[in-house]
Amino acid sequence: MTTLDSDPYAAGERQTTEGTVYTVTGGDWDSVIAGAADDQRMVVNMGPQHPSTHGVLRLVLELEGETVTSARTVIGYLHTGIEKNMEYRNWTQGVTFVTRMDYLAPIFNETAYCLAVEKLLGVEVPERAQTIRVLCMELNRIASHLVWLATGGMELGALTAMTNGFRERELVLDVLETITGLRMNHAYVRPGGVAQDLPPGAVEKVRELLKVLPERLPGYDDLLTGNPIWQKRTQDVAYLDLQGCLALGVTGPILRSAGLAWDLRKVEPYCGYENYEFDVPTETGADAWARFRVRLREIHESLKIVEQALDRLAPGPVMVQDKKIGWPAQLALGSDGMGQSLDHVKKIMGTSMEALIHHFKLVTEGFRVPAGQVYSAIESPRGELGVHAVSDGGTRPFRVHVREPSFVNLQAASAMCEGALLADAIAAVASIDPVMGGVDR
Amino acid sequence: MSEGTVTPSGEADPTGAASTGGTHLTPSAVTPAEAVATSGQDLFGAVFGSDTSGFGGLVPRADAALGTPKPYGGWFDEATDALEAAWPGFGDHVLRVVVDRGELTIHVRPQAVREVAQVLRDDPDLRFELLSSVSGVDYPAQEARLHAVYHFTSLTYRRRLRVEAAVTVEDPHLPSVTSVYPTADFQEREAYDMFGIVFDGHPALTRILMPDDWDGHPQRKDYPLGGIPVEYKGASIPPPDERRAYA
Repeated sequence: MTTLDSDPYAAGERQTTEGTVYTVTGGDWDSVIAGAADDQRMVVNMGPQHPSTHGVLRLVLELEGETVTSARTVIGYLHTGIEKNMEYRNWTQGVTFVTRMDYLAPIFNETAYCLAVEKLLGVEVPERAQTIRVLCMELNRIASHLVWLATGGMELGALTAMTNGFRERELVLDVLETITGLRMNHAYVRPGGVAQDLPPGAVEKVRELLKVLPERLPGYDDLLTGNPIWQKRTQDVAYLDLQGCLALGVTGPILRSAGLAWDLRKVEPYCGYENYEFDVPTETGADAWARFRVRLREIHESLKIVEQALDRLAPGPVMVQDKKIGWPAQLALGSDGMGQSLDHVKKIMGTSMEALIHHFKLVTEGFRVPAGQVYSAIESPRGELGVHAVSDGGTRPFRVHVREPSFVNLQAASAMCEGALLADAIAAVASIDPVMGGVDR
Repeated sequence: MSEGTVTPSGEADPTGAASTGGTHLTPSAVTPAEAVATSGQDLFGAVFGSDTSGFGGLVPRADAALGTPKPYGGWFDEATDALEAAWPGFGDHVLRVVVDRGELTIHVRPQAVREVAQVLRDDPDLRFELLSSVSGVDYPAQEARLHAVYHFTSLTYRRRLRVEAAVTVEDPHLPSVTSVYPTADFQEREAYDMFGIVFDGHPALTRILMPDDWDGHPQRKDYPLGGIPVEYKGASIPPPDERRAYA
């Protein structure tokens, strides 16, 4: 039997001008505490790889005992240059980029971008396409809030919330997969409408979901709302009042948890939201608990909107009828999956040279968008999702900037964390619900 | 083609906002580069008049680089009048007002950005409580090529307004609005990171998305996208920035 003459789990340490830096791997707190005994102040680098930081978010926390005296967020670990890349693809291809930003709310990214392009073009999207957009967005909002419940619950130690949240979210993603072909990164909403009409069976699947989800949702109340541990972990934690929200540009459920019923679906309706009956849930607690309550009730409101959207679905085109803009695809299900309809290919290859030229030009070049700039904003699950699109009159975006609610809301993390306990910093970041794909783009 | 006073969808514009064809400003206010950047072409690139394909109802717009003459229509007059009344620097610092696609843009001199933000936030007739977005745009053909674009939102009046200021690459300075809108913190850092616009007075203007030691500002138009050719079954497809572009 061999004996170790050194502790294999000891924290690695090195000297810097700022003092001793320890690399902690777990089970090695003794060496850190021994080293920090003469100094009450400790700087903890949390993340970017950490199960409680909601993705690759790095928090630099300065601690005095267990109290956070300074919290800084460091981001950029997921920066993929989406805005730059879009300048080298045509306007339609831009959809496949924006959908990957906030990966929990892809339909919202696509819709915000397409609304901006449509505003630049000055086209009106057919009614059915708008209804399908609303339908998909609200399904997506439910899925996104469920992931928030799941990950937020996990970060505070409620693992059953995690498994249940992801279970229900998968039901929603199944429906979105039926409609768009993909669970995530759909690229379904396109400038001028949506990629394809609802496939057969989709409406029934949504109706089925509308039966199942209301049965499952009270489970979250049983699990969390009445749970004293959950209440203690979230009530009066991560407080940010209305004034603070506005100063920091915070929108969405966080703003509504501070008492202001500011929801772009109501105040600046788009996609026909003015025709739907729903409430904007608000709370006045302005803490993590209030945000939890707001999000949970928003799921119920979204279900109401989905139901109304199904009733509003009237037959009609799903892409703008202007052939100079509308994507020429005639999709059909083939042996190798969804693709160009063979009948359509036969027609344009065999009988109409003009149709072939038109198809080729529109797909390879894309359509031109009159020069100018617009800003269009929608209410994503996290707040105001705005797209500032600039066109120089060409087939590619000259510049697309996305005002990501996660990016802006994350600025509130410092205000929520400082002065609180370290454990509450986790609750604070969870209550902001930042999605790093959106933050870093 | 006549001046673009028709919205492409053919519907009546409730604000009358599409009339961008005014020339009430002195020609010096418009740089030739801006005019080039916004000159109209039809959908398939033909010059005016030669497109026989019907154009699908799209109407080329007049040059957005020109200011819009009063009245702007809708609440735009009310808001600009309120701004003019509340802000003594209006005459000196506002270069032009553009109303396009139902949106109001006020182009100001860069040094006036903080001042105008303060008035927009505090004046009871304006009340733009929220700074929604700060973004940069690079117009390489212009002399003052780096534009900082601010989108303000009034929760009281439910209005949106855009303020735009342009600086040169040699002197990319303009005052930070963080003291008025703390939310501009991250957004100004992003504009600095991506475009190299320097916001004077920002508490910690450092890179935010790119690594701290990165060289250059990636979203400037003269910064290459990079990339390598994609090979598939013996064929090679050039990287995206070298592929054919249709202007």
